[in-house]
Amino acid sequence: MKGSFRQSMAWLHTWSGLVFGWVLFAMFMTGTASYFRPEITRWMEPETGRPASYAQAAQGAVAYLNQTAPDAQSWSITLPDERQATARLFWRPAPSPGEEAPRRRGRSENRAVLDASTGQPVSPRDTRGGEFFYRVHFQMHYLPVLQGRWVAGLCAMFMLVAITSGVVTHKRIFKDFFTFRPRKAAQRSWLDAHNLTAVLALPFHLMITYTGLVTLMGLYMPWGVTANYKAPETYFEAMFPRAEEVERSGVSAPLANLPGVLETASEHWGGGRPWIVNVSNPGDASAVIEVTRHSGDQLAYAGGTLAFNGVTGQLISATPEPGPAVLTHRVMYGLHMGRFADPILRWVYFLCSLAGCAMVATGLVLWTVKRRSQLPDPERPHFGFRLVERLNIGTIAGVPAGMAAMLWANRLLPVGMAGRAEWEVHSFFIAWAGTIAWACARPARRAWVETLSAAAFLVAALPLVSAATTSRNLLGALLSGDWAMVAFDLTLLALGAALAFCALKAGAYRAAPKPRRRSRTVAAPA
Amino acid sequence: MSGGVLRAPLWRRRADVAARAVAAIGLGYLLAALAAATLARWLPAPRLEATMIGGLTSFAVFAAVAMWAFAARQAWRVWAYGCLIASGLAVLIWLSLLMEPRL
Repeated sequence: MKGSFRQSMAWLHTWSGLVFGWVLFAMFMTGTASYFRPEITRWMEPETGRPASYAQAAQGAVAYLNQTAPDAQSWSITLPDERQATARLFWRPAPSPGEEAPRRRGRSENRAVLDASTGQPVSPRDTRGGEFFYRVHFQMHYLPVLQGRWVAGLCAMFMLVAITSGVVTHKRIFKDFFTFRPRKAAQRSWLDAHNLTAVLALPFHLMITYTGLVTLMGLYMPWGVTANYKAPETYFEAMFPRAEEVERSGVSAPLANLPGVLETASEHWGGGRPWIVNVSNPGDASAVIEVTRHSGDQLAYAGGTLAFNGVTGQLISATPEPGPAVLTHRVMYGLHMGRFADPILRWVYFLCSLAGCAMVATGLVLWTVKRRSQLPDPERPHFGFRLVERLNIGTIAGVPAGMAAMLWANRLLPVGMAGRAEWEVHSFFIAWAGTIAWACARPARRAWVETLSAAAFLVAALPLVSAATTSRNLLGALLSGDWAMVAFDLTLLALGAALAFCALKAGAYRAAPKPRRRSRTVAAPA
Repeated sequence: MSGGVLRAPLWRRRADVAARAVAAIGLGYLLAALAAATLARWLPAPRLEATMIGGLTSFAVFAAVAMWAFAARQAWRVWAYGCLIASGLAVLIWLSLLMEPRL
């Protein structure tokens, strides 16, 4: 921080980027993976089959629920889309006389997972699937949920500060679109790499950071709500209007044909897909079927809910159209989630998001490269420098290694093991912590090569591990035309190759054209 | 940060950075929250809409205050002006609550 505005912004950019960089890198990596959350879940649940039409799944779900919980108070069915292989059911049993209505959500005996095409219950191995990466990227782990979300919020806020101050710092933002000088002095190439990954996808980075904050606005910024509403419930009712709950009449009546109701809903939305179906008082004359539209049908995340008479199947009501500001909020939410994206756009999302990971990683490395030349004795850096250097290695190689380790655990832990899903998650953190420990124990350049190679191996070997332990393998997926799973294995191979390339570059660093500075012999990889 | 601070002893430079960092986070959040509430109360739009606009804008306010905290010549100025703005917003919210109670 010296006199000029730009210099003080450069200082702010450097330090906010460094302090929050490691957590941000983990958030970016796991968030990037979350664009393929359904595919990751499918891969991690090899017991499940193939995606099928929602109408087919709905038929199976109703048949199952009619048999298992005919007099439940309500049913909830999450229908599969073209990326999911299962329908997820949950029901609230009818309260026994004199008992308060049970509000215990999520009890496992009231849940079922059905194969999308056969409608038969499947019991996939105990795993959190892609859901873990999704959750951890905004609420951490081993922390109470709300605290974790505040940590993520603080990091995201300073990501926003780092981006805006970075843009101010940057004198020649347009010119740097086209600037990459890999053979220049180390600091210059790292700066170019940082600028390239940051500037190329700048609109994405800005969008994803701001909309990320917006998705948890209710938690971070409830003060507008407090200023306008005495009770938050009043606000929530205005925000998410819901049909009144109706008492069971006691007169039994068969439920309307669900696929027919879904057809009507889809026509009402001009071809939109139904997503969540809620049936209250099934089998009763007072039954109501609520159908919520798929959140990826439009740019705006919440697609609205239709309520139908559960016996006649007639449309009763629809949630009102939101005002422009509420719609803006939903669009920002939708932009962050990216569920509206068709496959090509989803890959653009994925690549931009990877560029975000690279931006954070190159920024972290740049901090050390820039300072190494100014060290009084480059062979014996002070504690702060060593700490940053080790955490850089341990995190940049450790997070991908951890993510891969979790997929390994998914394949290798015994299927019947107690606490299996939790141990898959533990293996993510064990591998990450192990990488940091390794990075601390080894000379820096060796540590880069070794940890990146280990990460490359862990990622690239996954298709083999999967083929050896389950029925999911590249050849089988190819033969059966299961393109999502083919792409999954190929992506793992490509990511493994990218990590191996980084490891090679780190190893070849000494051989690169020498600058005059002696200090570069132990510098970070190119 | 002024040139004077740069030549100052280490503890003064550290205190200066700390004052700015606390201003960036604490004052930044306070001003963002007050801005969200003020917009939610004063915007000529339905309550739900105004509430939403306040919330959506607040993060930009936070980022701007955080940048200001490090760009200002002296840290105390940020605190002085920041508290002044905060009281102004608080008065505005208080006035609007006098005129029209919460829902």
